[in-house]
Amino acid sequence: MSTATMSRNPRHAADSSSPVLSLIDITKKFPGVVALNKVSFDVRAGEVHALLGENGAGKSTLMKVLAGKHQPNGGKIILAGEEKSFENPKQAKKSGIVLIHQEQSLVPEMSVAENIFLGSLPLKWGNRVDWKKLHADSSEILKRLKCTFSSRDMVSNLSIAKKQMVEIARALVFTPRIVVFDEPTASLTDHEKPVLYDIIRNLQDQGVGIVYISHRMDEIFHLSQRISVLRDGEYNGTLNTANTSEDEVTKLMIGRTLELDHASKPDEFGEKMLELRHLSVEGVFEDVSFSVRKGEIVGMYGLVGAGRSEVAETIFGLRQPSAGELLLEGRVETIRSSHDAVVKGIALVPEDRKDQGLILGMNCRDNMTLSALGSVSSMGFMKTGEEKVVYDKYQQAMKIKTPSWRQKVGNLSGGNQQKIVIGKWLHTHPKLLILDEPTRGIDVGSKAEIHALIKELARSGYAVLVISSEMPEVLGVSNRIIAMYDGRVTAEFDGDAVSEDKLVQAITGQYVTDASGPEPAASA
Amino acid sequence: MASVEQGKQAIMLSKKHKAGLLNFLSAQGILVFFLICMFAFSLFSEQFLSQSNIMTVVRQASIIGIIAVGVTVVIIGGNLDLSVGSMLSFSTVLVVDLHDKIGPAGAIILMFVLTLLIGAVNGFLIGFMRLNSLIVTLAMLSAIQGLVLIYSGGQNVDIANQSDTWFAFFGRGYVLGIAVPVILFAVLAIIVQVVMSYTSYGRRIFAVGGNPAAAVYSGIRKNWCVFSTYLISAFCVACAALVLGSRVMGSQNNVGQGYELLVLAGIILGGTSLLGGAGSIWKTVIGVLILGFIQNGLLLLGYPYYTQWLVTWVIIILAVWLDLANKRKRLFTTHS
Repeated sequence: MSTATMSRNPRHAADSSSPVLSLIDITKKFPGVVALNKVSFDVRAGEVHALLGENGAGKSTLMKVLAGKHQPNGGKIILAGEEKSFENPKQAKKSGIVLIHQEQSLVPEMSVAENIFLGSLPLKWGNRVDWKKLHADSSEILKRLKCTFSSRDMVSNLSIAKKQMVEIARALVFTPRIVVFDEPTASLTDHEKPVLYDIIRNLQDQGVGIVYISHRMDEIFHLSQRISVLRDGEYNGTLNTANTSEDEVTKLMIGRTLELDHASKPDEFGEKMLELRHLSVEGVFEDVSFSVRKGEIVGMYGLVGAGRSEVAETIFGLRQPSAGELLLEGRVETIRSSHDAVVKGIALVPEDRKDQGLILGMNCRDNMTLSALGSVSSMGFMKTGEEKVVYDKYQQAMKIKTPSWRQKVGNLSGGNQQKIVIGKWLHTHPKLLILDEPTRGIDVGSKAEIHALIKELARSGYAVLVISSEMPEVLGVSNRIIAMYDGRVTAEFDGDAVSEDKLVQAITGQYVTDASGPEPAASA
Repeated sequence: MASVEQGKQAIMLSKKHKAGLLNFLSAQGILVFFLICMFAFSLFSEQFLSQSNIMTVVRQASIIGIIAVGVTVVIIGGNLDLSVGSMLSFSTVLVVDLHDKIGPAGAIILMFVLTLLIGAVNGFLIGFMRLNSLIVTLAMLSAIQGLVLIYSGGQNVDIANQSDTWFAFFGRGYVLGIAVPVILFAVLAIIVQVVMSYTSYGRRIFAVGGNPAAAVYSGIRKNWCVFSTYLISAFCVACAALVLGSRVMGSQNNVGQGYELLVLAGIILGGTSLLGGAGSIWKTVIGVLILGFIQNGLLLLGYPYYTQWLVTWVIIILAVWLDLANKRKRLFTTHS
């Protein structure tokens, strides 16, 4: 690459002159979309090169081209001075390029050793598996990674973090020259991360080039020597980590400075839109009471499995309560089905966009109007002109980026998909909007837009319930916060006057208040 | 900036159109294949392309076609209906048997009611009890055949006075020189196509077939949607029974045996995916006609009827394979 900037990081300054891998002018087209437009990227031996970009910017596509999963329409891959073209992942792997996936691809019912050597099991006598050698070699690799588990352990019994280690161990079977980490910490807890960082440094010391993809700025600044940014499938510059800032990187990523997130929270509340009184679903959650007023954003915070989504599903009529009452605008109501919920003015943006939110094979317009077909039809016949008007309205209001309304939603980026789900629900003109993990897997730019949108909706009179596992999100948007732990509401806080400590204690069951009382007070 | 964006969009759009044309041509692959078959058969048999032969084929295909229209709706909704074969036996035996007992009008009405009732049982078990449609309709395939045998006592039924009834109109009549079964097939196909493409009901069925969970999370009453598709399927079977009973003026008690596979063959050949959420009635119409012409062509060439089964399914597997090969741009999969 032309800008052969010297790394200021003292570790590997010696290697920084010649890249071990160069991608030059890579172009990749899919039907209807140019996913990569002449993107160049290089990695030096012993360097961590972070690759950043919003969802849909082309990071994953670029890495799939590198790993032989996609064949580029143009451009060159040069590895150690030699031009390569990989027709399949196996060839790339043989050349020393290893991709560690975001989604894990282990066989759960096999041992750690079998998973590490899957596809290249050591053999003896022609076709018998050499178990002795298999376990010896696996143990050797696990030792290098400082893993505490045995090569004979069943993968299904390992924690997610340990499974991640097995993925990495798999990468070390071939002596890799390039290792790509795609969101490696997404499933790791804070005290597991340092182990990963050690492994990465270890690989660096062996002269391996690392490509590190992540949305988390702190990790990137902690680990990398250089940062490259992609935007809309185009290369947007490379920065030296040592002399740049988060703001500069963000600006390069989304093309503007991020300020939307500082929009103030709504502050005018009306009457109670939703009230739950001691609501229970047997075996799922128990004695849940809280209320949401018109114009108010209530955050629901808790760990995965605390019962938050189930509460939302019950309000939306997908589960029937076994005890307790549900009140809408002061009246006790029974929500018999999701259809009933829609009729009564309740909207739910579900947790899982792809499985619950969208019909991926349908186009953008049809998905947008799906929950309010009555509003765009007469006597049962669709009025496609009006459908288009509805679609255009929300597409413009939320800046949804698609080449055309005919585009299948499955081809859109996560942020744009989520906006379509939200648009679908806004068009039902609900009174209560429930959003379950509204920004999961969405990049910073779209995230800020969605947060601003949520606040704006509340200000215009919607009662909003936001379920989230991300503390900054809950703190950033909520007027009040409900903490849940193990199927129970453990505390209720003022969204502007709560410490992170108390919130964490509340969702881990160490801090319990009487949820109905206005003043949170420790009962332990 | 704006012009760059527009330019990019224009590129995307023109690419899309190009891809659209390609998709269009590859989607017509089955039609091209159809024309080649027609041409090949016409070389070997002079009768093949004669007007009377074509009319005969279309008339024969219309019974399978009428049923296939209904089953296509079930498949778009994400389910299967294998019970249509025995349902056809049931309805045909019923209408023929009742004709002499309570008169043609009563027989037709009762037959429609009872057939819809069977459809409702299918729909209830699959839509509301959420049982697997393959298992339910496979069970119903046997169960209904049993019901027919119990009803008829194993005897074949027929209409005594065949020349003196307006019942003959549905299977043997002509309007403006076109056979009534063909008209019925065409009218049903057009109505159902319009419903599927232009109504909110059709949109819901596509949504339920495309992603049942998301349909429910969108406030669509999935259970009712699935239930209704089996009523449509049953209604189409009743229409087919009317035509079949009227044409034969009698019925063996297993007259519909094997129809479920012929119907499926026509639908698959037309290119409607068995996975649900996609497909169209037009495709089914084309598939059913191709099936009819292939079978007719083989007969004219002097092959015994059972070769039809072999050839039909070889062609279907070939069609599915070529379709898949077209999607992944190569004939064989690689190990990766």
